[in-house]
Amino acid sequence: MIIDINFVGLIIASIMASAVPLILASCGELITERSGVLNLGVEGMMIIGAISGFALMTVTGSLIVAVFGAMLAGVLISTIFAFLTQTLITNHVATGLALTIFGIGISAMIGKNFVGIPGKEFPVLFESLKDTIPLISPILFGHSIVFYFAFALPFMTNYFLKKTKIGLIVRAVGDSPESASNQGINVRLVRYACILYGGAMSGLAGAYLSMIYTPQWIENMTGGRGWIALALVVFSTWNPIKILIGAMIFGGLTIIQFHMQAIGVRIPVQFLTALPYIVTIIVLVVISRDSRKIRLSTPSSLGKSFHKDN
Amino acid sequence: MHKFLIRSFVSSLVLLFTLTVTAVAKDVKAAFVYIGPTGDHGWTYQHDVGRKAVEAAGFKTTYVEGVPESADAERVLRQLANSGHDVIFTTSFGYMNPTNKVAKEFPNVKFEHATGYKREHPNVSTYAARFYEGRTILGTIAGTMTKSNVIGYVASFPIPEVIRGINSFTLAAQKVNPNIKTKIVWAFTWYDPGKEAEAAKALIDQGADVIAQHTDSTAIVQMAEKAGVYAFGQASDMDKFAPKAVLTSVENNWGPYYVDRVKAVANGTWNQKDTWHGIGDGMVVISDLDSQMPADLRSKVKKLQADLASGKVHSFTGPIYDQKGNLMVAEGKTADDGMLAGMMTYVKGVEGDIPK
Repeated sequence: MIIDINFVGLIIASIMASAVPLILASCGELITERSGVLNLGVEGMMIIGAISGFALMTVTGSLIVAVFGAMLAGVLISTIFAFLTQTLITNHVATGLALTIFGIGISAMIGKNFVGIPGKEFPVLFESLKDTIPLISPILFGHSIVFYFAFALPFMTNYFLKKTKIGLIVRAVGDSPESASNQGINVRLVRYACILYGGAMSGLAGAYLSMIYTPQWIENMTGGRGWIALALVVFSTWNPIKILIGAMIFGGLTIIQFHMQAIGVRIPVQFLTALPYIVTIIVLVVISRDSRKIRLSTPSSLGKSFHKDN
Repeated sequence: MHKFLIRSFVSSLVLLFTLTVTAVAKDVKAAFVYIGPTGDHGWTYQHDVGRKAVEAAGFKTTYVEGVPESADAERVLRQLANSGHDVIFTTSFGYMNPTNKVAKEFPNVKFEHATGYKREHPNVSTYAARFYEGRTILGTIAGTMTKSNVIGYVASFPIPEVIRGINSFTLAAQKVNPNIKTKIVWAFTWYDPGKEAEAAKALIDQGADVIAQHTDSTAIVQMAEKAGVYAFGQASDMDKFAPKAVLTSVENNWGPYYVDRVKAVANGTWNQKDTWHGIGDGMVVISDLDSQMPADLRSKVKKLQADLASGKVHSFTGPIYDQKGNLMVAEGKTADDGMLAGMMTYVKGVEGDIPK
């Protein structure tokens, strides 16, 4: 194979495209977890977003309605989770798992009528600039708006958590809901908001899959990406920039292993297929091994229910 | 009195006839066990299209989807057999042992297992389709239509069914174009649109201008459409997903077989069989040929299709060599069904190794 500079650009662009749903869902879940709530329902919320986006696109014909509808669907289904865990004080893990199972089931039910319908083409930005600069243009130009949003999101999330007052409140609620409550912060309200935001981002991630990445609806089309997104949050030690790195490594190795197979590299294929999972975990564990920093960024009350007595 | 007798005789005959007809239509109940969701638009979807044909023929049907190939399958089968089903179709390879085990316990229920080879009890039949005949046609088209001489192939799992498909495809492509290379990428999934699209993209980036697939989703043909290369539909007609890219599709058509077998149960003529039908029997259907293909290629393909159907042409006709150059099928001979069923070596011209 000739290593062509444009070829490298194409590969990087496809790696970035495959990382988009992981970044979106992870950054959403990160905010939820930073407020002390562990929502294992990411996969379920993603698949709900995927079917809602696709169904709305087919029925209304409007891409804008479909994208926002998918986010709204994520919000609605996460409201169930929020109500159960925050108002009825149920266990986070069990409720999250139930949310995933519920999401997969209900999406299949709604989706029965949408199987076998081709999706619409989603508009891309700056397509005319795609061939201007070798290597760089295919990476920077000719992508959907959701793509650009996803790559800005980790930086915005980082800024939000570190530099804004609301970000500080979210972290305070996640670290010590008792103290935050004593300061007059409405813990339940903050957690509700963070859960709904996580739902919106998961919904968007699902819509990206069913409307932009592979425009079609088939059952279980998220294929476990919600679980990968959850794992990324933990292994990145709740750091949005490291989520970006992890998602790129994961997406990158998935795609590079296909290229290695196509070139004919003689490495057992099963090993190549497992590579993305292994390397992503190793890299994230290595770059996050500073235990002092882990303690600082881990939400201390993660997964614990908070019940205000009065 | 006389008239009355004749009248009552005739009316009772009519009544009897109606009763028999409705009895046949109502009494026989068929059940289907699926590995995936009916909404996969691929393997299970096509089986369900077959089930609907049975329903349209006037029989009652039940289906259970997403049944794992484990002890769960036995439980589901036992339940279906217990609840008054007369014939049960188990539509995935992994149901082979559960099907035979449960068949022993219910000698009066007929079992039909797809793609397997074990018929341990007289009430178990097996059936499969010669999809490799369809791949011979795809290979012929791919070998003619490629300009880069690199053909991409997204494969699922290294089992004889898939290897047979790769071989049949490559042999046909080489026949029309000795310079082609078949690049194979194993996705290790039947069904994950994201992953399938990524595999196809990798092949396209490496110069493949025709993509074949042995995975189930429509993501690959859509990726081909976006990249401006050719592709083929799998299991169902995928033309509407990628009108420019899809040259034709190989469709799985189970309906006629299912209707036939359920009718046989109703008439009491059901007997144990091993069915392996191809293009000739209509179990493998080639969709419309795209008009982008030159007219002479289209007529060539039509002829090949007719010859495969009549048996004049066999997909595996010698001489066929394996990758190391050992003779697999001698000149003038064709591979027998035993060899086809257990095919686990690549033919010459396929690149790479079969994952172990």
